[in-house]
Amino acid sequence: MLILHCPNCGVDADETELAPGGEAHLTREGPGSSDEEFEQYLFLRENPRGVHFERWRHAMGCGKWFHAARCTTTMEVFGTYPAQTSEPPQEIRDRISDRRPGWRWRELS
Amino acid sequence: MSEPVSALRGESYDGHIRVEEAGLRGMITVRGDLSSEAVARAVGEVSGVEVPGPNAANASDARGLCWMSPDELLLLVPHAEAGETLRRLSDALAGEHALVVDVSDARATFRLTGAPVREVLAKLTPADVSPGVFELGAFRRTRLAQVPAAIWMRDAQTAEVVCFRSVARYMFDLLATAARPGGEVGYF
Repeated sequence: MLILHCPNCGVDADETELAPGGEAHLTREGPGSSDEEFEQYLFLRENPRGVHFERWRHAMGCGKWFHAARCTTTMEVFGTYPAQTSEPPQEIRDRISDRRPGWRWRELS
Repeated sequence: MSEPVSALRGESYDGHIRVEEAGLRGMITVRGDLSSEAVARAVGEVSGVEVPGPNAANASDARGLCWMSPDELLLLVPHAEAGETLRRLSDALAGEHALVVDVSDARATFRLTGAPVREVLAKLTPADVSPGVFELGAFRRTRLAQVPAAIWMRDAQTAEVVCFRSVARYMFDLLATAARPGGEVGYF
């Protein structure tokens, strides 16, 4: 069972209060993009064993979206951060590097 | 106009705590930038209290403000005054980027009274309701069993639950079952 800290309202929310929103930091390809880019946006997802970045919504709480960085094997949560960003903040990356040296996720490391 | 009635007409249950439907409440949802001084002033003037901080309520019995989310407040007034308050608040917020809606008849409120009130809540919600965390005046949106609800610690022996009117029967049965004699846990 996950407990994620909601950065919007500041409560530690149980997984059952949250709605999962899939993978984080996708680039939304629009008109004019190539078929490969559009396929990437629409269908291709990471399925890592280890560090992962996700979107969550505090559905049965404040109702706001946020991002979470966690480990899919140990369920360790590295941190949560606001939704209004296109990449994880340095602080979160540093924390992951502390715990999982040499981690990679898409083009991030 | 027809007589307004609450969802369960004040039904109550006495177990190891008392569960009762608290009757009609005037409730107005306010959405806007809570850090904006103009919004805070308008809402403060109409409600008569200061805007509460996150996860708190600033309210006496039937009047006050509850913090719902970073851009949402719930304004409590007596049911009969909801329409008038809505008009005053709309006028006070004219020109601001804000939204006010009367949701009085879309909600049901339950009052839980008795010393083990935290226990009954803890049986139903994943939220931490222990004394050091869920203090007096705390107001938290969470879920109770399968439905979303807001829980509010009024004093050491009184809590209130606000949920959608459509699930009032479910909520009452849920609370009454959790409060049945013999169901004491004695944790808190």
